[in-house]
Amino acid sequence: MAFEKSLAEELDTESHRPGAGQRLEFLKRNGVWGKRLFLSAVLAWFSFLVLFPVVEMILGAFRNGFVPFLTALQTPAARHAFWLTFWISVISVLVNTFFGLILALVLAQQDFRGKALVNGLVDLPLAVSPVVAGFMFIILFGKNGWLGHWFEQGGIQIVFAVPGMILATIFVSLPFVVREVVPVLKECGLEQEEAARTLGASRWHTFWRVTLPSIRWGLAYGITLTTARSLGEFGAVLVLSGSIIGSTQTATLHVHQEFNDFHFQGAFSASLVLAVVSFSLLIIMELLKKKQWMIGQGLRE
Amino acid sequence: MVFTFKTRWGGTSVNPSISKRQRAGRPDLVNRCIGLGYIGLMVALPILAISARAGGEGLGHLWQNVVQPDALFSLRLTFLMALVMIILNAITGTAMAWILIRYHFPGQSLINALIDLPFAIPTIVTGLMLVVLYGPQSSIGTFLTSHGVEVIYAKPGIVLALLFVTFPFVVRTVQPVLMEMDRDMEEAAVTLGAKRWRVFLRVVLPSILPAVLTGAGQAFSRALGEFGSVVMVAGNIPMKTQVAPVFIYGELESYNARGALGVSMVLLVSSFLILLLLNLMQNWGRRDGV
Repeated sequence: MAFEKSLAEELDTESHRPGAGQRLEFLKRNGVWGKRLFLSAVLAWFSFLVLFPVVEMILGAFRNGFVPFLTALQTPAARHAFWLTFWISVISVLVNTFFGLILALVLAQQDFRGKALVNGLVDLPLAVSPVVAGFMFIILFGKNGWLGHWFEQGGIQIVFAVPGMILATIFVSLPFVVREVVPVLKECGLEQEEAARTLGASRWHTFWRVTLPSIRWGLAYGITLTTARSLGEFGAVLVLSGSIIGSTQTATLHVHQEFNDFHFQGAFSASLVLAVVSFSLLIIMELLKKKQWMIGQGLRE
Repeated sequence: MVFTFKTRWGGTSVNPSISKRQRAGRPDLVNRCIGLGYIGLMVALPILAISARAGGEGLGHLWQNVVQPDALFSLRLTFLMALVMIILNAITGTAMAWILIRYHFPGQSLINALIDLPFAIPTIVTGLMLVVLYGPQSSIGTFLTSHGVEVIYAKPGIVLALLFVTFPFVVRTVQPVLMEMDRDMEEAAVTLGAKRWRVFLRVVLPSILPAVLTGAGQAFSRALGEFGSVVMVAGNIPMKTQVAPVFIYGELESYNARGALGVSMVLLVSSFLILLLLNLMQNWGRRDGV
């Protein structure tokens, strides 16, 4: 077992150090079994809390076999819900990437008054309850809201319709790109960009050829997080949806609806698809994190 | 403060030799306007809007809103459940970080990757999973009910859901601190004859405590606002399992926006305060570390 080997190695290397005799004795006394017990307990807790429910859901989705699993995904309501989730996520990712990148550049490279406040505002969507977030948009864009009556005059329905759901999704997934890109930009510094500018490169050219390549992994990581959050958002979108079946249901709302209607197969199938997509995003995140980390190590040396 | 995923290196390296005037050219100002406009429109304005609406109602009215029995109950329940959750998560999360950094065991990198699973899975799916596992239709659920333990549509279910969705916070804040930590002090303590438990309490814990508290604070803030998983697991039973976000949703669903305002403001102000506290704590931790 790798575990025992590593312990043996540890004992071996430790024995060359001063005072190792006592430590060795100590480790022998209550080391291996204590460690094993502790390890098993922690892993058991993790399995109970996280892994067990996930496995149970996968089994639940295929309880009636593979065909019902698929047919439940092909109902018009399910298809529509997934398409809506797809489009809302695409819009949210595009908006948050574009503006998030600009904001990250501003926060990393410029000094201005009230910067700390802006930093705090960027973090806020993570702290605000999704239901309260939805409520804020209802107040702002609702009938008597500051912006609501402008849109009403223009005949555009924001609240209890798709535009409101898009706004809410953008809100909850706003911090990720900014938060991931700012530290990378700070780490890179301005030297290379200045060198490029001194050598006559245009601003746009500098951004495209110097800045973007150096932040690409951080940016990709931020985009992945934004996508995962957009796909999975439920509370804020529910509050703003008005729940008109077919026209304003996203995938997460569809799961909720199916579950409340006792259509468990539909709820399971849609959940499993959402979970698999999120899980794939998680794996991409892990890979990106490694890439980013390796580059970080390179910069340090 | 970074909430979920922190990059593993920090530090600033803005070249001080360049004057601000030189850098803040016109395109920079355009960028600044776009960036600030975006955050202003998407975050500051909605918060101002809800605060203005609450202010318009007047403090007295808001207070009456909050002390209504079912509103007050939902707030109390939310804070209590979140408290139970962070105590459990602070302990288990630290233990998890410990085994991931200090031990070597087969499948370690897989477990390390799976820690983030609760962040990736949509909360409604989490709720569904827990209902399936512990609900009345499942074998575990029937077993537990026959022994007098109710999980679903009861408080243990709420705690379970909160534990699930916030599990990664403490692990992910403690992990890097443990990794960076020098083991000399621990070894010295062991050499001097200290027991393992004592070494942990006296040597290790003081240095990881800021990280544990930061993670716990983030988890607490997340738990106060959690909706999707809890609404599935706990249902919407006033005065029994209705947490604050579910209460707000219920009021909005019955077109009673005024009733939702008080509880919303309490949640909002609480998250502001936690955010502020975490920022202060992070500064404190940084100063301590240097």
